[in-house]
Amino acid sequence: MEDAARILQLVVNGAAAGCIYGLIALGFVLIYKATEMVNFAQGDIMMLGGFVAFSLIAQWGLPYWLGALLAIVITAAFGYLLDAFVLRRVIGQPQFAVVMLTLGLGFIFRAVAGITWGYDSVGFNTPFTNRTINVGGLILGADNLSIIVGTVLLCLVLYVFFSKTRLGVAMQAASQNQLAAYYMGIPVRRIFSLIWAISAGVACLAGILLSPVSMIDVNMGSLAIKSFAAAVIGGFGSIPGCLVGGVLVGIVEQFAGYKLPAGFQEVTSNVVLLLMLIVRPQGLFAERMGKRV
Amino acid sequence: MRHFFRTDYRQDLSLYRSNSERVWYAILAVLLLAGPQILGEFYVGELGGLFIFAIAGVALMLLVGYTGLISLGHAAFLGIGAYVNAVLLKQGVPFLITLPVAGLFTALCGAAIGRPTLRMSGLYLAIATLAFGSIVGTVFQKWESVTGGFDGFAVPTPYIFGIAIDNTTGIYYTSLAVLVFVLWVSANLLRSPIGRAMVAIRDSEVSAQSMGINLARYKTLAFAISAGMTGLAGALFAHYVRFLAPDAFDVLLSVQFITIVFVGGLGSLRGAILGAAFVRLLPQFIAIVRDELPFGIGRLPGLEPSLFGLVLVLVILFQPGGLNGMWLKSKAWFQEFPFKRQTSYRRQKSYAKSERLR
Repeated sequence: MEDAARILQLVVNGAAAGCIYGLIALGFVLIYKATEMVNFAQGDIMMLGGFVAFSLIAQWGLPYWLGALLAIVITAAFGYLLDAFVLRRVIGQPQFAVVMLTLGLGFIFRAVAGITWGYDSVGFNTPFTNRTINVGGLILGADNLSIIVGTVLLCLVLYVFFSKTRLGVAMQAASQNQLAAYYMGIPVRRIFSLIWAISAGVACLAGILLSPVSMIDVNMGSLAIKSFAAAVIGGFGSIPGCLVGGVLVGIVEQFAGYKLPAGFQEVTSNVVLLLMLIVRPQGLFAERMGKRV
Repeated sequence: MRHFFRTDYRQDLSLYRSNSERVWYAILAVLLLAGPQILGEFYVGELGGLFIFAIAGVALMLLVGYTGLISLGHAAFLGIGAYVNAVLLKQGVPFLITLPVAGLFTALCGAAIGRPTLRMSGLYLAIATLAFGSIVGTVFQKWESVTGGFDGFAVPTPYIFGIAIDNTTGIYYTSLAVLVFVLWVSANLLRSPIGRAMVAIRDSEVSAQSMGINLARYKTLAFAISAGMTGLAGALFAHYVRFLAPDAFDVLLSVQFITIVFVGGLGSLRGAILGAAFVRLLPQFIAIVRDELPFGIGRLPGLEPSLFGLVLVLVILFQPGGLNGMWLKSKAWFQEFPFKRQTSYRRQKSYAKSERLR
């Protein structure tokens, strides 16, 4: 019984970590589906979002919920401008130019955050910090549960947005066939920028949800490497896939830390990623596509 | 504008296009050979480091600039070369054997990692090599019986024909020799069927395949050659830093290598060397002007990576040809003077091209 409780605890912790990976991966996938760019700066945008929330909540003294909402809006606006002024220029250039561009942007964001907020870890008080919930004898951290619940809610909102609203359907259209979307009168460029905004907003939410578990610091963007594993497992084009992938990676990582000697936990996500790429590069939830020449 | 009239097959085969090029390269060679006698020890050491980075730059240029495959894990290959070389030297194997062995072993590693991952296109490859680099970095840290863990170990002094390579001048000449060798191999490789196949793969995988090019084979080959050359650079790098510690081979180093390639200018060997010069000289430049900068900018801890990032962003956005492109443009400006027009180098309007279906 002791062991079962321990395992369940590991699963919940892993799922919570995995939800964060999934949320970052969600940002990749949204942008990739629409514009075929991969944003290597996604983790750093999450970091910026976390710091903005820190400024609003801890430094300006706004209430948590208001501060979090404002932070998401600000980060989303930042994402919009980023696309409008920088990334739109490289459309049509080879994919690795975009990879390098976003990597470079990531380094710049890190420096800017370091200058603005310093290089120490910071945190702010959330309703979930240091609270536990007792579920049938199982003690779970409220912070971990808040991550899982927040992710599920966000998925519902995104699902409704993409399937029911006019804008969401337009986004789907633009990502499926750019040219046809243009012909239908969809402002594709603005749509792309909006997708960047959503993705930045999601990243900011991930940062806010993560802040009670691990502090916010300049290098928290390195989590993004782990979320690549999540995105690849999901097939890089599937929104539910990347969340499932994230949870899988998170749980595998927890168990690797529990069962295997020290040092293995850090590389598990990378090993999972490489294995996945070798065995099934199209991911678990891939659409089959071929190319006409 | 100069035109080259070829009247002889030997002109086609020649590596140099004209006699003036030969003269300029000869002058450069004399200057480089005389370098340690003229320059101070500090500059000789820096140039040695530059040559090592240029070797890695040429290696990555073959992969990124000529085959169109991206790798964010070349620091790992540099590390593998460095450790293989140093560990073998510790066993008492002579340097003239450990150097090629380090290169060959790294090439094998490159082929081993390249073969399964090369089925993927640009983006997946970037992610896979990133993951590979991070795994190798962890292995360097944890495999303490061989690598000494975080503490690292001092690299033994190499001997070539009984001469100890223990000062900056020795490193300078050894690196220069390897760099010239690597350049000679690359320049000839690019004119061979292998090189043509690589360029064809870069320009269009589908059309390369339909011309009968075995994609997997040539991509693996390109990856192995590139990794092997980087391994050679790594072997020299071990002697350059003299003390091997695993934290030298992190993602930032891989990004520096990629910066070499992009800043230098994709698809040109000269660019790889110009890029290496840029990447090695930028930190020196920062060190010199550090105290002069206003508002204490020079003292910020993250200055160097962010400047690399900024330069990378600016080059990709505004000068995709890199330093080599700037050189060619300015040369053309003088040759065509005064006929340069506003539209001469205007970029074509580009549209999103799907790389999803390859």
